[in-house]
Amino acid sequence: MKSVEIVVNGVERRAQVEPRMLLVHFLRDVAGLTGTHIGCETSLCGACTALLDGRAVKSCTVLAVQADGHSVTTIEALASEGQLHPLQESFWEEHALQCGFCTPGMIMCASDLLGSNASPSDREIREGLSGNLCRCTGYQNIVGAVKSASRKMKRRTAATAAKK
Amino acid sequence: MADYKWPDAQHRTLIGTRQSRLDGPVKVSGRAKYTYDQNPKGLLAGAILRCPHAHAKVVSVDTSAAEKIPGVKAVQVLQGPGKEVHWAGDEIVALAAINEGIAEDALRAIKVQYEVLPHFVDDATEPKSAAEETGPLALDDLINMFSNQVPEPQISSTVQKRGISFPVTDDLVKRMRSFNVGENVIKALQSAPQKSPESTRSPFKKSAVNVTGDPDQAFKTAEATSEGLYGVPVITHCCLEAHGVIAHWPDAEHLETQVSTQNVCGMPDQIAQALTGIGIPISASNIRNRQQHVGGGFGSKFAADRWSLAAAQLSKKAGGAPVKIMLDRRAELEVAGARPSAYAHVKLAAKKDGAITAWDSQSWGTGGPLGGNMPPIPYIFTEIPHQRKQHISIATNIGPARAWRAPNHPQAAVLTMCAIDDLAARLGMDPFDVFLKNLPLTPRANVYEAELRKADELMQWKKRWHPRGDESSGPMKRGLGLSIHTWGGRGHQGAGDLTIHPDGTVEYRSGTQDLGTGTRTAIAMVIGETLGLPLNAITVKIGDTNFPHDGGSGGSTTIGAVSAESRRAATDALNELLAKVAPTLGVAPDQLEALYGTIRVKDTQGKSITWKKACSMLGATGVTAHGQNPDPSKPPDLTNSGVGGAQMADVSVDVETGIVRVNKMVAVQDCGLIINLKTAESQCYGALIMGISYALFEEKIMDPTTGRMLNPNMQFYRLAGYGDIPELVVHMMTGPGYDERGVIGLGEPPVVSPGAAISNAVANAIGVRVPFLPITPDRVLAALEKKGGAA
Amino acid sequence: MRAFEYVTPKSKEQAVGLLSQNWGDTELLAGGTDLLALMKDDVVAPKRLVNVKSIAGLDAIGYNARTGLRIGALVRIADFADNADVRKYYPTLARVADDAASPQIRNQATMAGNLCQRPRCWYFRNGFGLLAKDPQSGKSLVVEGDNRYHAILGNDGPAYFVSPSSIAPALIAAGAKIRVFGPSGARELPLEKFYVIPKSENEREHDLRSNEIVIEIVVPPPSGERFGHYEVRQKAEFDWPLATASVALKMSGNKVQAARIVMGHVAPIPWVCDKYVEATLLGQPLTETTANAAGVVAAEKPGKSLGKNAYKIRLAHVAVKRALLQAVKET
Repeated sequence: MKSVEIVVNGVERRAQVEPRMLLVHFLRDVAGLTGTHIGCETSLCGACTALLDGRAVKSCTVLAVQADGHSVTTIEALASEGQLHPLQESFWEEHALQCGFCTPGMIMCASDLLGSNASPSDREIREGLSGNLCRCTGYQNIVGAVKSASRKMKRRTAATAAKK
Repeated sequence: MADYKWPDAQHRTLIGTRQSRLDGPVKVSGRAKYTYDQNPKGLLAGAILRCPHAHAKVVSVDTSAAEKIPGVKAVQVLQGPGKEVHWAGDEIVALAAINEGIAEDALRAIKVQYEVLPHFVDDATEPKSAAEETGPLALDDLINMFSNQVPEPQISSTVQKRGISFPVTDDLVKRMRSFNVGENVIKALQSAPQKSPESTRSPFKKSAVNVTGDPDQAFKTAEATSEGLYGVPVITHCCLEAHGVIAHWPDAEHLETQVSTQNVCGMPDQIAQALTGIGIPISASNIRNRQQHVGGGFGSKFAADRWSLAAAQLSKKAGGAPVKIMLDRRAELEVAGARPSAYAHVKLAAKKDGAITAWDSQSWGTGGPLGGNMPPIPYIFTEIPHQRKQHISIATNIGPARAWRAPNHPQAAVLTMCAIDDLAARLGMDPFDVFLKNLPLTPRANVYEAELRKADELMQWKKRWHPRGDESSGPMKRGLGLSIHTWGGRGHQGAGDLTIHPDGTVEYRSGTQDLGTGTRTAIAMVIGETLGLPLNAITVKIGDTNFPHDGGSGGSTTIGAVSAESRRAATDALNELLAKVAPTLGVAPDQLEALYGTIRVKDTQGKSITWKKACSMLGATGVTAHGQNPDPSKPPDLTNSGVGGAQMADVSVDVETGIVRVNKMVAVQDCGLIINLKTAESQCYGALIMGISYALFEEKIMDPTTGRMLNPNMQFYRLAGYGDIPELVVHMMTGPGYDERGVIGLGEPPVVSPGAAISNAVANAIGVRVPFLPITPDRVLAALEKKGGAA
Repeated sequence: MRAFEYVTPKSKEQAVGLLSQNWGDTELLAGGTDLLALMKDDVVAPKRLVNVKSIAGLDAIGYNARTGLRIGALVRIADFADNADVRKYYPTLARVADDAASPQIRNQATMAGNLCQRPRCWYFRNGFGLLAKDPQSGKSLVVEGDNRYHAILGNDGPAYFVSPSSIAPALIAAGAKIRVFGPSGARELPLEKFYVIPKSENEREHDLRSNEIVIEIVVPPPSGERFGHYEVRQKAEFDWPLATASVALKMSGNKVQAARIVMGHVAPIPWVCDKYVEATLLGQPLTETTANAAGVVAAEKPGKSLGKNAYKIRLAHVAVKRALLQAVKET
């Protein structure tokens, strides 16, 4: 057993884990955050995407011990004070989900994308989310949702700046 | 009094609008709990040891070492010595442990000896030496026909003609009824001649030749003929949430399950029968199954699979503790669903003007270890006057077949629509015109014509179409292709209860499920429409066998059912409410209507009371009404069957590399009265995406030597990603002529045509047919080489 | 996944001390994106995992006009692709890295890990061994079975898989060297020499010994060469290519003075084309015709089908042609 300290969504979590425990299992079974899903198990579908030190990674191919001393952000942390994040709002409004199993991973990856590129083009969105697969409706509406979220976030940033 | 019939267009407030799904917030915030996400207290991790051989007999199983590993709580042999295994990955032993790691370690400690038997995994090569099947049907043959969705009249005539070699016991009849097998089939079986079983069984079974009219003469006198080879391989469902279950026994008599399923209320019966059969007697009424969300099914999540029973068995052994078994990706792809394949040589005869006169097909394919059956060909153009058809079904060790979105239709579409496209090329005609010319051979010519013309407008087909073979310079060749399709989609049997509480809240309960298609939202829209309330005033509770039972979500049967059930329940409840309120407003109940959160006198300004006030008159218990489908006592019929759709594809093919990119797809679809336009369109988008995926990428690839699937992962089992999906244009046919038909399901039809439309577009681009899906670079280059026109 | 011991050395010396003399006992963990998938499938089952991420100083990129580019072994692919110097002086390498795998994998996987990833051969990944021999007959499952994605060059056996990295051929075309560190210190070798075709099941597809670690990749400074890189991929994104070609050209006016062509995904190693391929181009202007001729000599002439992969010969040919034309088009 190894002892790890991982900051999950701003809360420090200490646990004794087997070295073979995957980060996704740490998040789901130790931290109780089941919004990060398990899809393909081999880093191909993106359902397990979470942010490790702010960058999107596939938590199914990261060991919990590799995240020791690092911080992880999951889908559960995106909404603040009951208010959905613009990406979450837009995924809902634009019907960017059907069964919804891929959705948390899509949103987390999109949040990483918007973090480095506030106004991505269609092409950049498609490339930025190319590590995430959707089986039931996806893609077209998801691209629309990311664009809509990007516009919302810029408007909100502008509004905040104006207040100051 | 409010009546049941759907409101006219001018009286609709919610039906037909675009509404965001009610479960959107929980899904986008990671709070939606799928079976995989349920972690009840004391949960044990279940795991399954699977057979590494494609065909083998179990000789011995030794679980003693596994049982001694600390943390292992229960071990259950699922297929012990003497059992014959027909596909790699089949379940041998299940066990439960305190965590996944220990469960996995314990699996490795189990010793199983097999006698390896010869396997057969090649379904694409045309069988050369198949004898025609005339002997009696074994029980396996019958099950094979059911699992491959052979039409019931065909099953009846086959058993009558060939006889059967098994007794039709009361038990068998009971089982068939529980799977909704029609009484005509049961009668046919009971009166079928009893014969002794056949001694030898070949993997190839050739059907009798099926002849309509005089095909020989028709081909002899034809003004034009064309022939081609077409095929669709075995593909898998690849649900993003794998199959799985959690089971526990709260006490010795009761079992609670959470199956990841398309068929919430179908589980108790199936599980009870199976458990009773293996020595754990239980009645269906003592089993409760629940599910809030499911991560995809596509036809593969109907049965209580062996792992569901295993979880129940393990839980029993572990003192009732909850046991979760989720399939890993390899198992999901190897065992949890294979769509039957279909290949055919098709010959067509026609007049010079394109009118088809005769069809001849020699087809083959596999539907798993039992063989499978011929898809419904010629597809849609069923009235071709002269036909000859013969099919060879191949029993293989590729894995068990499961229904895949629109069972057998995508295969039939490729075999038919590609043959017609080749005929058009042979005649030097635009396939658009050849399809139009032959629409009288289909059951709904007017609908198809309207849809094809709409698709032409959206694709600019007539302006852009060129004869086969893009003559422009450079390696990129562009082409257009089209296909049409059909499906039933009548609402299944089921029910729901609606309660209007005295405080004005409205609650609906039904055992249906939401596969992601927006079932909850559609139900709330129907109820909101009926009661004159906004969507957020309705609470919809589904996914629990404690609620009135509803059918499984498959075959596009859900929307027709749940909309009719909730409409009837809401109307009955409303009428009770109106009766209570009428005296206060001083009119007869039939003078009242519910609109905009009020109960008001029809056509009278201002004479109304609020919904909340009205409900307060209901007394302490409120009112509860039951709605069901079908319900001839509460006409009209609110659902219907039979739709058409037309699709067009625009592709570019790099003739130097064989890489195909889809540039645009157009889908025009009717489905009767649409409840939620947003989710209806979404079904079409999703179908196009799945269609592009199976047209270009998907194939269950088997190794001839080992009999194992070579691509049981999402690297080599490729699914279309963002870059592969082009502009998608969806148009729903609505309004007069469509709406009054009632509600019809939509999950299946739009996924039928993409394979055929894309294959036709590729042929139009490069000037030659690529016979088999998926249209991969090796196949494109091989077709070009055969044509002699390689770059 | 089987249980293992997890160790985090603080220096490369410590790391080397923790590694076994034999392959299979220990494995190096950096990003882990490939290794963990292999461990989950029980294709590799190390008793000890040596996490090299804890070693300081291996995650930097440095550029110097005289000595070129030094890429620390632990530099993540995304950081390499985004690095300003890489984008400025080696735009083709940046593009190749930016096209590898998916964003999440590029955020986690390291450059050295990319170069050392194991073959994607489906027999290997399904547990039939690197050389995929049928335990019953001793015959090659690849030759007897489905080899649509297997080697068309260097495929005399017993290895038939293809080298999986798309970055390695591009680095080789750019003249990269690799530095590894072992019990007897550091050694440096040209990247193309780093890859070897294994002859037995207990060999690997590179020259790294089981107790060595990669510490650095060194790319010489640009010297007026033109680079091109072309990948034939079935899916538009996030797909392992069917064939790639990376080229570096020295031009004199519009004539080719020197050409280095490396094909990927066609052989068990990144396939450096021989002098005959270069000879078709030397002294010639680069046109559709000469580029095509080079593709023919690179792939069609020496390529050998295993039964189901003949189309890959064509794809490699086309990749070479297109990479060459791209190199002279991009200025």
